[in-house]
Amino acid sequence: MKAMNILEIEHLTVSFDGFKALNDLNFSMEIGELRTIIGPNGAGKTTFLDTITGKVKPTIGQVRFKSKDIRLYSEFEIARMGLGRKFQTPRVYVNLTVRENLELASNRHKDLCNTLFRSVSVVEKRSVDELLAFINLKNKQHLKGGLLSHGEKQWLEIGMLIAQSPDLLLLDEPVAGLTDEETEKTGNLLKSLAGEHSIIVIEHDMEFVRQIAQKVTVLHQGSVLCEGDMTAIQSDPRVIEVYLGAQEEVNVDH
Amino acid sequence: MTNKYSSKSIATEVVIVVTLALVLMFVVPPFLTSIGQGFRVNLLGRFLALAIAGLAIDLTWGYTGLLSLGHGVFFALGGYALAMHLKLQFPPGTTQTLPSFMPLYGVKELPWLWQPFFSFPFTIGAVIFIPAILGGLIGYLIFRNRIRGVYFSILTQALTIIFFNFFNGQQKLINGTNGLTDFQTLFGYRVSAPETQTAFYWLTIVILGLSYWVCRWLTSGRFGRLLVAIRDDEPRARFTGYNPTTIKVFIFATSAAIAGIAGALYTPQTGIISPKAMDISFSIEMVIWVAVGGRSSLVGAILGTLIVNFAKSLLSETFAQIWLFFQGGLFLLVVMLLPDGIVGWLRTEGIEILEKMTGKRQLFTYPQIELEKAELEIDESYEHPRD
Repeated sequence: MKAMNILEIEHLTVSFDGFKALNDLNFSMEIGELRTIIGPNGAGKTTFLDTITGKVKPTIGQVRFKSKDIRLYSEFEIARMGLGRKFQTPRVYVNLTVRENLELASNRHKDLCNTLFRSVSVVEKRSVDELLAFINLKNKQHLKGGLLSHGEKQWLEIGMLIAQSPDLLLLDEPVAGLTDEETEKTGNLLKSLAGEHSIIVIEHDMEFVRQIAQKVTVLHQGSVLCEGDMTAIQSDPRVIEVYLGAQEEVNVDH
Repeated sequence: MTNKYSSKSIATEVVIVVTLALVLMFVVPPFLTSIGQGFRVNLLGRFLALAIAGLAIDLTWGYTGLLSLGHGVFFALGGYALAMHLKLQFPPGTTQTLPSFMPLYGVKELPWLWQPFFSFPFTIGAVIFIPAILGGLIGYLIFRNRIRGVYFSILTQALTIIFFNFFNGQQKLINGTNGLTDFQTLFGYRVSAPETQTAFYWLTIVILGLSYWVCRWLTSGRFGRLLVAIRDDEPRARFTGYNPTTIKVFIFATSAAIAGIAGALYTPQTGIISPKAMDISFSIEMVIWVAVGGRSSLVGAILGTLIVNFAKSLLSETFAQIWLFFQGGLFLLVVMLLPDGIVGWLRTEGIEILEKMTGKRQLFTYPQIELEKAELEIDESYEHPRD
């Protein structure tokens, strides 16, 4: 059973100067799962991602990615193990073209010597071509990243993530600032990626969560409040309580 | 298609660089001599050596975003290494066993530090690797702890102070504040002889060309784009699976080595290396050269170095006092009006002005629009097929 889980978190506590951003959090996720994490502001969602990516070290407890304790690795090593992260605001390299952005991410051997001595291989070029078509930026491939619109940057960053071909994708608010149409397209994109990749999405946009959600985890005050499918979550009195102000939003369809 | 184009443009670039080198070697010196400015050949040689240091700064600052204010240390270390070899060349027939300054301070035996510098290959290795190892070590300590931006600059500046004071204080070992000077021979040739100086001048041009080629190779292709990526968004690069620490240490060490080579070429052409080269102001001057010429442009780094230094020598010949004001003013002017330096300006506005003058101005459109236009044209051609 353990081998089936791509990510396992046990009794995770992260404290900053005594403040517990995460408090005895337990979490596990199967391979190929698309998991959405919601929670009010300050619930610890971003710290949760920071801990998985190795940016923040656990104070107590353990995070195991592919059964390896990530405490022993630094961020870039964890990334090389097959973990990709999309930031809250789109972060692409503004002075590089769309194609160059993807080529950097798709590099299979990211150490110094290989990057220095080997040029982009034919296979990599082809996969970048496919990705460009996939994220709908083919005709802008020679445009600098900084010239793209907000939505296009979001998509380029998702494209860079896929180019890394990670086993686990972490997406922090991937539809923030997108139009309804773009949001829906992003949702479909994520659904098509699930299965082959495991995905964790952090999101505030309930409409979007409803669109993609298979299983939802609610974080509250640094620990897991409850887990389940969207309908179960929406009718859970504890969730309604912590969201209080957002009560109507959660129940809007009912 | 793109591959063909790029290999063609590489060939063009090689031709241009080689032609420029040959002109500098064989056309410029006789021309300057014929108009009675022969001494400027030596100046040009020195400035071309400084241009190599300019390339080193551009590699770290322009492309990788590491503003080093301590490259004077690497430059001086390279210079000292070669100078130590030169000071160990004793004229034949004399009983001299020590560099000329040592007996003045009562030194009887050659310090162990000097011993290996009898060997020329060791000296060449020292010119390259002592700055590289120091740069790599300092870089590793700084970058591993994720010290960036202005804190990095301050630490490199502190490095110049440490080295400046250390070299200043070592009277018996390396002649302290006076530095190493009064070079006699190299391979039996007199260092100050015109033929030897011409050889140094040529060698400087060749090595400048090689350094340009190395920097060009490092800053183009995927590795060059990785440098820009690390410069613009280091955490992003880290979460993509690159290790910025290794890359930055490598670039800083390479840059330090290039600066060391520059120092080694500069020293015999000026005839002296002293702790002054480790003075903070010299390291800052290097940054000014690159800023004036245009950061993130290798040609800019070379041009900037030559322009600023020739302006310096011309101005200080006539108005000895005002050069520093002028240099400060120049820097302010560049920062405020030409943030990308001369070459950066030429690449953007300069091109536009040129195109306007020649009537070749092209409207830049967002690709989407062009695509829609192209699709429209295709649609039209379907409706009106031409046979």
